[in-house]
Formats: sequence, structure tokens, C-alpha cells
Amino acid sequence: MKLHTLLTGAVMASLVAAPAAADLVLPDLSYRTGPYAAGGIPFSDGYQDYFSLLNARDGGIGGEPVRIVECETGYNTEKGVECYESTKGEGALVYQPLSTGITYQLIPKAEADGIPIHTMGYGRTAVKNGEVFNWAFNFPANYWDAASVIVNYLKDENDGDLNGKNIALVYHNSAYGKEPIPTLESLAESEGFTLDLLAVDHPGQEQTSQWLQIRRSRPDYVLMWGWGVMNQVAIQEAANIRYPMENFIGNWWAGAEHDVTPAGAGANGYKSLNMTKVASDFPVLDDIKTMVHDEGNAAGDGSNVGSVLYIRGMYAAMLAAESIAKAQEIHGESDITPAMMRDGMEALEITEARMAELGMSGIGPEFSVSCENHGGPGMGVMQQWDASSGTWTSLTGFMDSDTSVTDPLVVAASKAYADENGVTAACL
Amino acid sequence: MPASLLYGVEVLINGLMAGVLYALVALGFVLIYKASGIFNYAQGVMALFAAMTLSGIMEGDIPFSHLINAMFGTQLHSFGWNVPAIAAILLTVVVMALLAWLVQRLVFRHLVGQEPIILFMATIGLAYFLEGIGDLMWGSEIRTLDLALPQGASLAIENATAVLGGDDFYGFFIDKLDVVATMVAAILVAALIAFSQYTKYGRAMRAVADDHQAALSVGISLNFIWVLVWTLAGIVALVAGIMWGAKSGVQFSLSLIALKALPVLMLGGFTSIPGAIVGGLIIGMGEQLFEYTIGGPFLGGATENWFAYMLALVVLIFRPQGLFGERIIERV
Repeated sequence: MKLHTLLTGAVMASLVAAPAAADLVLPDLSYRTGPYAAGGIPFSDGYQDYFSLLNARDGGIGGEPVRIVECETGYNTEKGVECYESTKGEGALVYQPLSTGITYQLIPKAEADGIPIHTMGYGRTAVKNGEVFNWAFNFPANYWDAASVIVNYLKDENDGDLNGKNIALVYHNSAYGKEPIPTLESLAESEGFTLDLLAVDHPGQEQTSQWLQIRRSRPDYVLMWGWGVMNQVAIQEAANIRYPMENFIGNWWAGAEHDVTPAGAGANGYKSLNMTKVASDFPVLDDIKTMVHDEGNAAGDGSNVGSVLYIRGMYAAMLAAESIAKAQEIHGESDITPAMMRDGMEALEITEARMAELGMSGIGPEFSVSCENHGGPGMGVMQQWDASSGTWTSLTGFMDSDTSVTDPLVVAASKAYADENGVTAACL
Repeated sequence: MPASLLYGVEVLINGLMAGVLYALVALGFVLIYKASGIFNYAQGVMALFAAMTLSGIMEGDIPFSHLINAMFGTQLHSFGWNVPAIAAILLTVVVMALLAWLVQRLVFRHLVGQEPIILFMATIGLAYFLEGIGDLMWGSEIRTLDLALPQGASLAIENATAVLGGDDFYGFFIDKLDVVATMVAAILVAALIAFSQYTKYGRAMRAVADDHQAALSVGISLNFIWVLVWTLAGIVALVAGIMWGAKSGVQFSLSLIALKALPVLMLGGFTSIPGAIVGGLIIGMGEQLFEYTIGGPFLGGATENWFAYMLALVVLIFRPQGLFGERIIERV
């Protein structure tokens, strides 16, 4: 993997030295090394493979080839900022850093530089308010949507009534892990359930006390906001104390194959939210295999095709590609600028017909983006792990979040940001 | 007995067992520091490297296959066989011995007589190199270790102890893996002590630890002893990697377990094997009890990491050499 990164870097360096071509430049701030590589690799593979497919099959987007500039962040915030600074001069159209920590650092920089940031299901939740965060987007859903969707799912399971139930949240003790707490506290008050908060320190290798606490208090449901090794350890510990797995639900960053496989059969029945449908039979995957992998142009070793995070990376790439196409349509130019890209993202409309045309029918919800709403519809799918077949199965369709709870929180958080930073809310 | 008291005892037992796992990592640090005065920053990465190598050998993976495929356009991944666990462990020990020889030959032999801070810096470089080479050899994916180690609650203990309390007490939770880890640690420590007390090379190792110059003057090869010590530290790293890897899968976060060993070393002393064990037990027990009684109820939880360091700091203030470390006296 590392060699691949080095080779990619070398190729990119040679391209930088070459005369500027009219490429659509998309930096990929990936992490193929370090403690979080298991999550970073499949996402990056999916992201890059989709653009490689567009280059191979369609000659790029609107006749312009896509050039991926990969930069290794190691999920390290400082390195992520360095990657941003070293790649933005190449005409980067949009950044997707796949890290909440990096996102927090990049938002003010990108606002100043006029380059869009897209943080799909992570990052700063308040960027949903596009009037305050003109250059940041987090469609199709954010953390607060995720918390609300999970609670809605639990309500459905309990005939609409969570009154008297006890829910524990096991969370990464970081800005990321704490994100759902205001939403869950608000929902606890309105729905009548009690909420126990159990913090796990980075990296999450040791969780004995948290799971002994869960064993003592026996909550009806355990929710998890984890990433990296915390997920694998939590699922193993839940299996160790024989917590009913069907009542243990992770968010969409705690629901990939590598999160459950180390626990073996013990992980059977574990549930997690997802922002995309998972299927290995999307026709687009066949195209990727034949036109990208078989031609020796796979971003990785080709083993991740169809996995949860590969699909998510591919979906992120599709949304970026559709935004580029929309920007080209709006401005009547194929070689677009970051400002045009922003316009394309704000006018993005994803329909089922278009997803089917792209060979990924039903992969995500139908939605449109606007200046006021950079966050999309805020929907999620509940999926469950079957350890015997080693597959995730979708249990539901795309479920709504409770916007009556999440929207006021978004308004309050974005207003606080605007007040702190002297931002006047307006559409560009 | 009230359930809260019984659960306190449960927390204490689990803390002691967690402490054994910390001690397993700390032991590797102690072995190298005692014999050569080097604080080996790479000990955590050695545990990761050993566990990755064991998993790779067991699954019959071709080392450096990503590199080979990228260079020659091949599609090599596996030899197509699985190696039995015992054979794979022995082969991993051979790899760790080879690594020890290379480290001694290529790095530390050239740094003899340098300041401790230089040697420490060299181990930082070694840590990052090992992490990179491990990545190149075996890839970055999370690996599983299929050593058939028992895991999960011991039902026998749970059922037998449930009668101690009322309906709100569910018996003591003891993870079978922790019991195995405790037994393995006990055997490992006994073997290390027996080796250093009753074998020729063990005595030579102790002589080097006591006084390099004197050991050299009676014909003991420092290079050989240091290779031996690094090999033993590699074996300890393998054991730690197996135990921690069984909990979370073998992945790059394993290298961070070294952070759990530091307060153990500060508390137990850098030069004492019993100190590493007792330090591990005190840290494990202390952090879990603090979380149960104060951290969780009053401070929002997740106090284990900082409490362990705070406990170690308090000990440092009163006994800078740790509870079991050798007091350093320098004559002016």
C-alpha cells in the first residue's frame, strides 16, 4: 500500500512538473497507513476507482479528464492541513478529508481560499446551514441526523414509545464522539428515555470499565460513536459480556466489515447505521472491475470492491462527479473553477433515475442541495451483520431523521459560529 | 453482601487482570533497559510487528506481496497454505531473533558509548521504520489471530458467584482471555527469572546489566548479550501482541499499547522485572477502581489513561527510581 502511495506521489510530482493541462483536479486526502488505515483504504479505493472509471469509460466528466492528487494524512490533523496547503494550488475543486479533526481545521482555510469542502456524514454538523458556511457541505446526512435516525428506528421497534427505556451511548472521547450528545439529550427529554454516557479514551484499546458498567446497568440499547480500534474492541467486549447484539447499534463509522470480523461469530446480529445501501451487485461495480481493475488501474489491491467503506467512497466520488457535471451545465464550461464547483454542489439534484443510469440504483436517497441546506435530507439505513455469511443486510429503507429536533440545533450552532467569527449569514 | 461492594470487587479483579496485560508490555522495556540502558521506544511497534508476522505466517501470506505486485505487475498474495499455530509461533520467534540481530548489527553497534538520548532517538527511528516495514510486508488491513484462545465470560465463575448477592448482582465477570493472559505472564516471568538465574547466558546477561566494563573484561561478548536481550524482548512483544491482538484484531493501533506500559514503568521502575509486574497490577487496579468510584460517577468517565499517569507521577515524586528500580547515585 505504501509503495502505491509513493508511486502515486511520484506520478503526481511528474504531472505537476508538466505543463498545466485542463484537468479536473480532485485531491484525495487519504490514510493508507497508521492506526486508521483499515477504514481509510477502502474509502480511498472506492473514491479513486470511480473517477478512474469515468476517465476510462467517458473520457472524464464533460470531456475533461479527472486527475486525482492523493496525499497521505495518516488521519493526522497536522498532516491533513499540510496536504491541503500542498495541493490547493493545483486547482483543487473540492476536498473530502474523511476526518472530523482535519475538517475543523480546513473549514476556515477553505472559506478564505474559496474551495469547497465536502464532509459526508462527518465533520462540523452545523455546516448544514449554507448561509453561514458558504463553502462547506455535509450532504446527504450528518451526525445529528444519525442520532435521530437511530432513535426513530428504536421507536419503530418499540411501537413508537421509548418512555422508560434506558439507552447507553459508548462514545470516542473526542469532538467526533461527543457530536451526537446534544441531539440524544434532546431526544431523551422529548421521548422519555434515560441516556447514560460512557466515554472511551483514544484509541479505545482498553474498555473494561465501560463494559462492566454496561453489564451492571443492563441498558435496553447501546449506541456507539466509535472509529478505528475502538469499534473492534467494543464489539468484542459486548460479545464477552453476552450483551444482546441486536440491541447494540453503531453509527455509520462503526459499521464496516473490519469492525465486526475480529469478534467472529460473537458479532452476529450487531447493527449499524449506514448512509448508503450496501450491495455487491451494483452494475457500476462490474464496470469498475472490467474497465479499471482488469486494466491494472485499481487504486488499491482490488480486494475492497463492494465493502461498506468502498461503496461509501464510490458514492462520495459520484456526488462530486455529479456536482462537477452540474457546474459545467450551469456555467457552460467544461474546465471549471472551485467557485463554479461550489455552484454545482449547491444546485445538485440526485434522483433515483439518475442513480439507476449510473449503475447504482438505490445506493442513496433522492435529494437536492440548496444554498440554505448544505446537508441534504439526513436519512440513513439500518443494517445488520450476519457473521456466518460475512455480509451486512439492510433492515430498512432510508429512514428520516427528526428535523424538528436537529434543525434548531443546527441553527443554534451555526449562529454561534457566525457570531464568533463575524460571519454575516447570506447566500453567495 | 450489597451489590455495589461485590461489583467493586469485580472491578478490582478485572483491574488486576488488565494490569497483567500492561505488565506484559512493560516487561519488554525492562529487559532492554536493564541490559543496555536503552529506553526502547519501539517496544510497542515490536508487539505489532510480531503479531502481524505471526498472523501472516499462519495465513500463508507472501511477505512484501504488495511491493512485488506493484513492481512486477503480478497478482501474488498467498502461498496457498496455512501454517499450524505452534510452527508459526516458532517461525515468528526466529524472525524476531533475526530482527534483534539486525538491530544490533546495523544500529546499536555503531552507537556504543553515545548518550542515552541518542540511543533513545535511535529507537524512535526504529519504531517508525518497523511500522513502515510491517506495512510493506503484511499490508494495513486488520488481521485476526486464530489461536483458539478462550474468550468471553467464564460462566462457571459467573454462576458460582451469583449467589453472593441479591437479584441485582449477576456474578463476577471474568474474561477467560484475561485468565489465560495471567497464566502466560506468570509462566513467562518464571521462565525469564529461571533463565537469568540458572543458565550461563542468563548469568552473563545479569553481569552485563550490572557492569558492562567488568563483563567485557571477563570475556562476555556484549554484542551477543544485546542480541539475546533484544530477542527476549521480541518474544515478550510477541506474547503481548498475541494477547492484545486477540482482543482487537491485529492492527496498527497495537503499537499504541506502549502508552499503557509507560506509567507501569514509572511506577515499578525501569530495571525490575517484579517491578513491571507489581507496577502493572497497581496501575490496572488503581485506574479501574478510580473510574468505578470517582471517574465514572463524578468526572464524566474515561479517566483511566490520565489517572494511571497521575498515579505514576505521585510515585515518581517520592521514589524517582520507581518502587522497585535501582537508585542511581552518581559521585561527583
